[in-house]
Amino acid sequence: MGSSSSRLDRVPGAKDLMEETGFSETNILCLYDRFEVLDREERGYLRLEDFEAIQQLAVNPIGDRIIGAFVFPGRETLDFPSFVRVLAHFRPTDTTWSRSGSQPEPANSRTRKLRFAFSLYDQDGDGKISRAELTEMLQAMLGMQVTDEQLQSIVGRAIQEADLDRDGAISFDEFKKSVEKVDIDHKMSTRFLR
Amino acid sequence: MELFFNPFDNLLCILLGISFTVWFTLLLVFIIVPAIFGVSFGIRRLYMKTLLKVFEWATLRIERGAKEKNHHLYKPYSNGKVYLDSAPEFEMSDIFYFARRGVESIMDDEVTKRFSAEELESWNLLTRSNYNFHYISLRLTVLWGLGLLIRYGFLLPLRVTLAFTGVGLLVFLTSVIGLLPNGRMKNFLSEKVHLMCYRICVRALTAIITYHDSENKPKNGGLCVANHTSPIDVIILASDGCYAMVGQIHGGLMGVIQKSMVKACPHIWFERSEVKDRHLVAKRLSDHVEDKSKLPILIFPEGTCINNTSVMMFKKGSFEIGATVYPVAIKYDPRFGDAFWNSSKFGMVNYLLRMMSSWAIVCSVWYLPPMSREEGEDAVQFANRVKAAIARQGGLVDLLWDGGLKRAKVKDTFKEEQQKLYSKMLHNQSLN
Repeated sequence: MGSSSSRLDRVPGAKDLMEETGFSETNILCLYDRFEVLDREERGYLRLEDFEAIQQLAVNPIGDRIIGAFVFPGRETLDFPSFVRVLAHFRPTDTTWSRSGSQPEPANSRTRKLRFAFSLYDQDGDGKISRAELTEMLQAMLGMQVTDEQLQSIVGRAIQEADLDRDGAISFDEFKKSVEKVDIDHKMSTRFLR
Repeated sequence: MELFFNPFDNLLCILLGISFTVWFTLLLVFIIVPAIFGVSFGIRRLYMKTLLKVFEWATLRIERGAKEKNHHLYKPYSNGKVYLDSAPEFEMSDIFYFARRGVESIMDDEVTKRFSAEELESWNLLTRSNYNFHYISLRLTVLWGLGLLIRYGFLLPLRVTLAFTGVGLLVFLTSVIGLLPNGRMKNFLSEKVHLMCYRICVRALTAIITYHDSENKPKNGGLCVANHTSPIDVIILASDGCYAMVGQIHGGLMGVIQKSMVKACPHIWFERSEVKDRHLVAKRLSDHVEDKSKLPILIFPEGTCINNTSVMMFKKGSFEIGATVYPVAIKYDPRFGDAFWNSSKFGMVNYLLRMMSSWAIVCSVWYLPPMSREEGEDAVQFANRVKAAIARQGGLVDLLWDGGLKRAKVKDTFKEEQQKLYSKMLHNQSLN
């Protein structure tokens, strides 16, 4: 591993990224290699098509939502630092960080992870998951496997359980409450970047 | 002083001599002779069964260890099952599973591919594929150490010896055959020599291959088209039939092998400059194909470099020449050794060493029925049809490229499968 410091030089702004996101040197190098592989036409940035070409993502029922929420809220291209910053959301949670400390909230805190998941539901970005948005999400995850009535019944029940202030939509706090027992760190962290 | 060393020296020499002889005899009898005649003692299959039992035991130990410590296990080979925590009914957190998988596939395609292979959830005693390192007990560590010793101390040297033998014989014998005049005898001998050397190479990798539907094997004057997952594909196919290879002439050892192979039977090698000239390539291919006495051409239409992050479009050039296409699907079993080559991470030699120090390479080959271009179908559509057939047989994902928009549309069947699995979980309770 002694030669990796010279390899790190090929990655622009690596040290700052490491500090900002908490990724280790090896992680950054891996991600840079991956970025180069995805950027097949060597443009130096990634675009929608580069993500759509990833097989496993294409068969994921919410693949396009992930691409949208992940990559392109309000921009068309993704450079390497932005790529790393978004992926930082999925690092396993640091047990050493505490909310009351002076450091800014890292990308992989529980709240930030939940925000990311929330944004997958909340397509129009109004801060609430409406009944329509929930229906759309379930439609994507279930496709033709359920009838419309069954779908409506699932949606109805989910809203009933989660919507505490009875305004017909699920806000971020209500969302947080509904998943408070879930082990977010395990479910929303990738298994191979440590 | 001299007196002291001499008898010891002698003894050492004698011992070495004996062990070498024994070694080579065993090698000859159990590996090389069967390779020549194309028979098998069944040793490799027995080996495979034993290994599977050991892996199962190892997995159970890890699971037990994990339970004791009350942790979650990351299961590498889960078949896409959605692990919902509580009673199967929709929860807002269900999305996390799909989100995580999606992000993981952005990070590294081939690892998620391994993670979703639908096989035993077992650890194959290779630390390369173990993500549950901390749950290993003492007994398992010992077993792993033993495995390491066997793989690197015994199997690797054995395999390297075999590889050198195979390649050496190939070069030598094909050069010899090249001296013969063209004719039936030459073709016959060249066939036998090629098959024999490839079989030795197969044993050098401890590849356990199952061939399906051999009645569809490619015939002379045809084009054999296969999906490309690793450089070993060539050896796997060529040990079961004779093909004319296509490729660029390399320097070094590869070049020597290529030059001697072409003396015995007509392979199609291109100079680097000729590769760019598509018409030249097409002409040479179609000339070869028209001569019915020549062997079927083996082509990997995805291209010569292995790219695991996406399925490339089948290059339509090979589909334009109008020959009958014999599609072949090759599928590797990841339980025994990871055959995927990440060309950006490992070079060829590194990759081969990894292959030779895994337990075995197990794969299945399906010979699909021949296809020809139909009326009104252009080369691209034909290529896609062949690609779809191969993908379906091998259970691979087939991405269709919408040529004009350069966007990939996914066949809905694969998405449907994911949706089906998820809905099964929900359907366990009555919905109305």
